[in-house]
Order: sequence, then C-alpha cells, then structure tokens
Amino acid sequence: MENFTYHRPHHATDAVKLMKAAKDGKFMSGGMTLLPAIKHGLASPSDIIDLGGLKHAGVAVSGSVVTIKAGTTHAAVADDAGLKKAIPGLSKLAGGIGDPHVRNCGTIGGSIANADPAADYPAAVVGLAATVHTDQRKIAGDKFFTGMFETALKPDEIITAVEFPMPKRSAYVKFPNPASLYAMVGVFVAELADGSVRVAVTGAGPSVFRVPDMEKALEKGFSPDSISGVTVKADDLNSDIHASSAYRAHLVNVLARRAVEQAK
Amino acid sequence: MSETGIGARVKRKEDHRFITGKGRYTDDINLKGQVYAYFVRSPHAHAEIKSINTAKAAKAPGVLGVFKGEDVAEDKIGGLICGWMIHSKDGSPMKAGPHPILAVGKVRYVGDHVAVVVAETREQAKAAAALVEVQYGVLPHNVDAAKAKSAKGQVHEVAPNNLVFNWSLGDEAATDAAFKKAAHVTRLEIVNNRLIPNAMEPRAAIGSYDTGDDHYTLYTTSQNPHVARLVISAFHGLAPEHKLRVIAPDVGGGFGSKIFIYAEEVVCLWASKRVGGRPVKWTAERTESFLADAHGRDHVTHAELAMDKDGKILAMKVNTIASMGAYLSTFASCVPTYLYATLLSGQYNIPSIYAEVDAVYTNTAPVDAYRGAGRPEATYVVERLVETAAREMRIDPAEFRRRNFITSFPHQTPVIMCYDAGDYNASLTKALELADYKGFPARKAEAAKRGKLRGIGFSNYIEACGIAPSAAVGSLGAGVGLWESAEVRVNPVGTVEILTGSHSHGQGHETTFAQLVSDRLGVSIDNVSIVHGDTDKVQFGMGTYGSRSGAVGMTAIAKALDKIEAKAKKVAAHVMEAAEGDVEFKDGSFSVKGTDKKMAFGEVALAAYVAHKFPTSEIEPGLKESAFHDPTNFTFPAGCHICEVEIDPDTGVTQIANWVAVDDFGSVINPMIVEGQVHGGIVQGVGQALTEGCVYDSGSGQLLTGSYMDYCMPRAADVPSFKLAFTETKCPSNPLGMKGCGEAGAIAAPAAVINAITDAVGVKDLPMPATSQVVWNALQPMKKAAE
Ligand SMILES: Cc1cc2nc3c(=O)[nH]c(=O)nc-3n(C[C@H](O)[C@H](O)[C@H](O)COP(=O)(O)OP(=O)(O)OC[C@H]3O[C@@H](n4cnc5c(N)ncnc54)[C@H](O)[C@@H]3O)c2cc1C
Repeated sequence: MENFTYHRPHHATDAVKLMKAAKDGKFMSGGMTLLPAIKHGLASPSDIIDLGGLKHAGVAVSGSVVTIKAGTTHAAVADDAGLKKAIPGLSKLAGGIGDPHVRNCGTIGGSIANADPAADYPAAVVGLAATVHTDQRKIAGDKFFTGMFETALKPDEIITAVEFPMPKRSAYVKFPNPASLYAMVGVFVAELADGSVRVAVTGAGPSVFRVPDMEKALEKGFSPDSISGVTVKADDLNSDIHASSAYRAHLVNVLARRAVEQAK
Repeated sequence: MSETGIGARVKRKEDHRFITGKGRYTDDINLKGQVYAYFVRSPHAHAEIKSINTAKAAKAPGVLGVFKGEDVAEDKIGGLICGWMIHSKDGSPMKAGPHPILAVGKVRYVGDHVAVVVAETREQAKAAAALVEVQYGVLPHNVDAAKAKSAKGQVHEVAPNNLVFNWSLGDEAATDAAFKKAAHVTRLEIVNNRLIPNAMEPRAAIGSYDTGDDHYTLYTTSQNPHVARLVISAFHGLAPEHKLRVIAPDVGGGFGSKIFIYAEEVVCLWASKRVGGRPVKWTAERTESFLADAHGRDHVTHAELAMDKDGKILAMKVNTIASMGAYLSTFASCVPTYLYATLLSGQYNIPSIYAEVDAVYTNTAPVDAYRGAGRPEATYVVERLVETAAREMRIDPAEFRRRNFITSFPHQTPVIMCYDAGDYNASLTKALELADYKGFPARKAEAAKRGKLRGIGFSNYIEACGIAPSAAVGSLGAGVGLWESAEVRVNPVGTVEILTGSHSHGQGHETTFAQLVSDRLGVSIDNVSIVHGDTDKVQFGMGTYGSRSGAVGMTAIAKALDKIEAKAKKVAAHVMEAAEGDVEFKDGSFSVKGTDKKMAFGEVALAAYVAHKFPTSEIEPGLKESAFHDPTNFTFPAGCHICEVEIDPDTGVTQIANWVAVDDFGSVINPMIVEGQVHGGIVQGVGQALTEGCVYDSGSGQLLTGSYMDYCMPRAADVPSFKLAFTETKCPSNPLGMKGCGEAGAIAAPAAVINAITDAVGVKDLPMPATSQVVWNALQPMKKAAE
C-alpha cells in the first residue's frame, strides 16, 4: 500500500477542486471497493477525497419518484420504510448486497460509479429507467454504464443522487456467487408506469444489459410463461470457474421468470 | 458423574478468553526491538532463477537485511524435510527433492519462497520486497496430478516422471483372483478435490536470537512445538535443542496445516541472528495462506469393488495418483499411504484388497495432512463404491452395508489395521431411525410435487485415530514415535497443574483435560490448569493431530494421575497412622477403612509438601508425577451419517434438508465439546462436497482460488441443524475407553453428500465440489432425453 493524502471536503465544489489539483485522486464513499483495491496494490491514488463530508445521504419518496442520495448506504436503502412500499424490488436488492458490514458502509453512489459487472444496483438503475444526478448534469440510466468497470462519468464528476421513477411493479432476483455473494446473475424486471417492461441483467455479461425479446413478450403478457422460451445467447456472457456462459444464459431465463412471478 | 467430571457438559474454560478478545496469539506478541519479515514469492509455477538483485531493496527505508538462498547456504542451514520414509514397490526409497528455506536455483510453484526482506516495519518490508529484482527463466509446468507422470516439465531432478514413489499395499494376486470370481464389479473414477485449509488465524512466527546466551526463541503457530524444535535443531541445524525454545501460544485453528515445519518460521529464526538479534516477526497475509499453507487431498483414483451374486463383497482394487505438490511437506508421504490405504476396508468384511498409490510432484503448493488426512479420501472411495454397488445390484444401500459389516472383533483387515471394537449395525440402525428412512419415499414424492429432486445418501465411515503405536509407525517408515507425555503437578494447596505434550488449537483441552483431573482427584475444574505449547515449560511431547489428544494424551495424564494417587495414599497413610492398604481414595478424600479418619485431597497435598509427618527417607516430599504413554493400537471411531438433499432442477442448487450423524467415539469426556467437533467436521466435509475446490489454472499455473472471492468456504446457511446421537463401544486399548472425535465429521460428510446428490439426480457420479453448475450440468443430458 502506497501513502496517500486524505481529504474530507464539505462541499462538492471543494471536492472537485481537490480532485483537479490531485496528481491521481480518487473519490471515496464507503471505501468498500476502493480500500481493498488499495490494500491489494491494485490502486495507488495520490489523494483520497472522502465524500462522506458532503452529507449526501437519504431516501426521499415524492409523487411518482424516489430519489436516493449518492452517499446512502445499502443498509439505509434497505431499511427505508417509504421505499419498501414504493419500490419493494429495489429495497430487497439493497438488502441482499454483500454482508452486514458491506451494507453498513457501501453506498449506492460508490456502487454504480464502480460499475462492477457483478454488482446489483446497475440492474435496478437500468431496469427502472433511473436517472443519475451528478454535480454537473443528469445522465440517463441507459447511458450510464458503458462497459466493465466503466461509466459515463468524467474523472472529476461526482454522483449526487439517483432518481428512480416508481414502476407499477418490479422485482429483483439474484443468484449469488457462492463465494463472494456478488451476483453471478441478477435480473431486475419492472413494469414501468407507462406500461413498458424492462428486463435488466447484471452479473452475466461484461456490463448490465437489457433483454428486448423478453421485454416485448412481457409487454404482451406479464407472466412467467410468456418468456419461458425466450433465451439469451451464451456467446456474449461471462464464463469463469464458477459458472459457464451456458449456465449463466440458462439462469437469466430462470431468474427472469422468478422475478416476473414475484413482481409487485 | 460429578458436575465437572467425565461425561459432564461443562462450558469451555478457555472460551471466556477467546470471545472477549483476550486470546494471546503469535501476532499479538510483540517483543522489544522487533522487526518484520516480508517474503518475495514466486510469480511463476516453474522457473529457473537466473538472478536476484537485492541492491535497491537493501537501500530502501528501514531495511535491515535482504536475504536469499545463498545466504542461507552460507550459514549451512538445512532444508525442510519429510519425516516419513516410503519405499516404492520395487524397494527404492521415495524421491525427496531438496526444499531449501529460500529458493536455490529454481522455483516450483506460485508462492514459493524466494527471498526475504527484514525491515523496521511491516510496510517497509513489504515495500522493499517489491524492489527485489528476480530474473526468471520460465520452465514448463504442470498443476494436474493425473498428468504429472507425462508432464513436460520435471519438478525435481531426483524424480524422473515426477514420480515420488509407486507404493502398494495388499495382495494383488489374491485380489485379482477374487475379481475373476465376481458376479458383479462396480467401477468408479474418483477425484478427491484439492482443498485449502483456511485456519482462522493465519500462520505467524517470531524468531528471536539472544546474542548474550547464544539462544533462540521461536513463537509460532504450531500444533506440535516439540516436533518443530526437534526438526529445526536436528535437520536445519540452527541450534541444539537446549539452545532453542519453541512456544506455540494460543493457536487459532490448524486442521493439520500447522503440524508442519514451514520455511517462514525457520527463516525468521535464522534472520534474527543475521540482524543482530532483533526479533523478526512474520504474519501471513490471507493471500499467503492461500498460496503457501500446505493444501489437502488432491487424489485421482480408479476404484473397483467385486461382489458375489448376493452382494457380498469379495475384493477391492484401488489405484490412486496423489499430488504432493512441488515439495514433500513434513508428513506428506504418509497421508496417501498409511493413513489412506490402510482404511480401505471401511466397516466391511473384505477378504482381499489391493491398493497402488503413485505420489507425484506438481507445480502447486505442497500437499499434506488436512483434517482427516488420508482417511476422508479412503472413506470417500469406500462409501462411494459401496453405495454405487448397492444401486447397481438393486439392493437397498442400508441392507447392502449390513450384509457386509464386520461383526466380530478383533478383526484383522487385509490392509494392516486390526479393528479392536465396534458395532456398525448399532449405529446404522439408530441412524435409520433418526433419519426416518422408512418415510423417505413419501418425502421424495412430496418434494417432486414441489418440483424438487430429493435424494438420500449414507456414509458409514471408519477412521484410525489415537495416532499411534510407536513401534508400528516406526516399522512403516515414521521418523518419530507417536507416544504422548504428561506431568501432573499438585500444588501444596491441592490445586493441580497438568503439563501436556498435546497442543490445543481450538479443541478445548483446557476443559476436557481438567475434567479428567476433576473426575480422578475430586477437585473442581477451576482448580486445574493445563499448560501446553512451550518447550521450556513442558516435557517433550508429540502434539495434536489425528484425534490423538484424548486417546493418547489423556491416557498419559491418567497414568500420571495413577502415580499421584499412589503417592498421596502413602502420605495419607503416614499422616493418619494407618496401613497403606487400608487407605481408600474416593470423591476427593482419603479415608481409613473401618474408621472415621479422613483427609481431603488438599490436606494430603499440603502434608506432602510440608513433609513433617512422614519419613522423607522412605517417601520423598512433594506431589508431582509424570508419565509417557505409548498406545498399543490405533483407535477406531466409526459411525453412520445420513444426508438428505433437495435439488432445484432449474438452477442445480443443492440444499441439505436433513443430516443425521450417529457416531461411536467410545467414551465421551464432554458431550458438548464432542458435538461441537462433529458439527465443525461435518461442515468442513460439506464444504469439500459442495463449495470448496482449489483451482490452479492449467495454462498459467496461477492459483485461481486465491481469495474468499473465489474460494468458497461453507457458511451457516449452507447446513441444517444436525441430528446427532452416539452409540458406544469402549476402546479396549486405553483405560478411558476413548476413540477420538476430531476428524469424524470431515471424514464422513463428503460421501454422504455425494451419495445423496447422485441419488437425487440419478447419475452414477459427479465431481466435488458439487456446485450448482456441476449439478445443473449433470441434469442436462437427462432433460434432453426427456424432451
Ligand atoms: C465483501 C464484499 C461483498 C460485496 N458484495 C456485493 C454484492 O453482493 N453486490 C454488490 O452490488 N456489491 C457488493 N459489494 C460492493 C459494495 O456494494 C461496495 O460498497 C460498492 O461497490 C462500492 O461502494 P462504496 O460506497 O464503498 O464505494 P467506494 O469503495 O468508496 O468507491 C468505489 C468507486 O466509486 C468511486 N466513487 C465513490 N463514490 C462516488 C461518487 N459519489 N461519485 C463518483 N465516484 C464515486 C470511487 O472513486 C471508487 O472508484 C461487496 C463488497 C465487499 C467488500
């Protein structure tokens, strides 16, 4: 582990200034991803700019929109009573991330900024057609994740909140990697307010993706049977010691059906 | 039974210390002037070391020294040894390649210890280690046991075809003849998956050289500190035994992996002298534990079982390739031989058995004893064969076992072991009852309605514990005897200190050993302390592994207690002015037959030390005795585990629905501790069966399962609440009748799980760990056939 300079600004503008001034700065929220990376020598930033001082935390349900500030921990999201009613699928997703330690430190902003292909939140951001708010602009959920560990964020851009439109019904079903408990495959299914359906898959590919054939089938009839024959191609999916791409492709279908069944 | 005596469910005395964070582990100890070691490890599976440039590292901040193999050689420090000689079938000795404590000329696995940096702080040592420049010439490698003999690269010069030995046991001709008469032969190709031990406490060491006395002290995470001292003294040649003290304080789990003498601890000791006597500490990072702790299992086996038309077993034939990793670890060679093939008779009357074992080098971490050591591998072979044979012959698997059980004792198997006592029918019958075996078809049908596949599997394991009679192991190649020692010190006020050569690293000796004393002397366990793990305090002892601390270690204590009682009676007789033969000892007090004269144990102890009231010319003052116990036989714990699983055919996920374990451990000192051992053992075995598998990448030789992100330890949610019960046949070879319980669960569990899964899925075999992917794969051909 290399030495670094630690900062804890109180305003986003200061955070950005610090970042611009740093040789190789990194924002930090919960540190659950960043700190292990530093300890393993996979990242060695010159400066750590802790966003904890920005007090970007809290879940707000208003009208047809749920806004979760970037610094809200997974545990706080999972425990929020308003969210449990508004988008139970999202609440359950947050409660199923990692373990209690991780949920008490890790944040939604850190999670989506990191864009781990096996992270859970990306499925909800895309599956619910959410909008990512930053200190500079708003980014549509569909445009946010650009690849494995890659996002549309600029290096000095700070996520401030994620805005989720309330769906008619939704559910998230995760098949955890038995060792890491990250998603080996996770499927978020939502019927949005306008009646359109989204099926977003995480863990299976290099980055979160939608399954248009399933979405179309479900728009015709929102039932598990509508998609029992709709498969995703294994060729583009991840394959590792835990799961082959064929197995992952199969799980996408199983989990999607289960999510449709559980959607509320 | 007294409140704290034998058989009582006493809460563990040591747990207060452990759960309040007051345990004193090696890494908790900090000596004055202590500095830190960090190891440079090989990034390659197999490579020639062309050069090591330490110049930059040596100049880095805080660095006191950077050492490599040449420096070790300069001081004539010997390499690591394997303490059990195995001879091949052709009579030739095993091919032990050199294993220097810092690599010389070559590295042989990813994680091999190449050089060491000693610096003021851990961070400085680590940072400087990154500056050591090693030039490697990469050589062809092989990580696969099955391919070792034909691999391109040769791991050790002394071992052509990477063959360490080709060993056999049993009568080949008789076995072949029996197979010719068979009505049915069952065949299986079995892989016993490689495991990484994962003790909660990573290995650690502090080596400290005292320049004043020319004396060394080693704090280390060891299961057997005296053996470590002996080896470091006799083979590494660091210092004679009286100039070397080895302390293994609280040790946080071993499972075998801390039996062995490792390079790092020897390096810390040696380096301490090199840096002018400053104590050198090393604590493994978890990544190092994955890379460089001795791994377990890793067998590839072809096994055959011959039956007559009624399902009576006629003979067994087993051919195993056992990976030893890149070097022979301390006891590696006895694991796939005398701890494995000698148990192939299982609980069954098998007239002839022939086993052949090829031990091979691969470019992987050394493989050695891991909870069960050879016996889980044997049980897996036997119980998979038996279950498969029963299914193939359409005989109920319980009935098949019954037909073949050994029922009279002693029973001499064709593979060395002589079983002394057991009742295999009793444990099977009880297990069938507890598992409601009769109700299984109904449960299966009910599960099918829910779309689930339900299966049931047995494992009737046997193990050889209480390791071991010294002459017997000596004749089989062991470099040491396997007796145990004890000293009982009664203090003047009647409290008792037990010094034992056993070592506790989670087993609860501070409680169970005290229970024995409480039972025998009538003192409360609060008045008994157990001293272990320090060669300066405790007489030579052999340590803890192979479920030996009860059967061997406690027997030594019991023998010393006999002597204490005899001496105390003499003292009591004098003080009470009675004939020695009239003194009785019961419930902690001495009384004179036919009178109301009585002395409490504490009073007699005081009298022994005050020494006013007896002639010290006839009876020496004091009350302290010692004993060494060498067992006359192994002990043979056995039992029946029944596992019931439910599989989700959509995902391949296996859920363990029910688990029954009926074990015969002989007499039980503390049922709560024994149950804990069984629970832990089963979970470890379930880990092997369902989640744990060490994977090296064949292309790169890298360890792919090098962290908890990829190596899956079982969690509480992976197992149900176990139903445990005991049957009891006393062990005739020790006075307490104990057999040992530490490894049973890990030995029994894998076969029970895989037998249950293969039953549910309807396949002959599938590999461990049977992850959801593996089970799902197994289901696909059937799904296709059904379509
Ligand atoms: C044991 C373990 C298990 C886990 N299991 C799961 C799981 O099951 N599912 C899952 O989804 N995740 C899992 N995680 C990851 C967890 O959710 C992390 O908390 C999350 O990925 C990162 O959040 P963080 O707040 O800790 O971010 P940090 O570690 O602080 O930062 C992560 C990255 O995001 C950047 N960043 C942080 N905040 C912002 C911001 N506001 N704006 C811009 N960039 C920012 C940082 O610069 C850094 O590059 C697990 C982690 C661990 C350690």
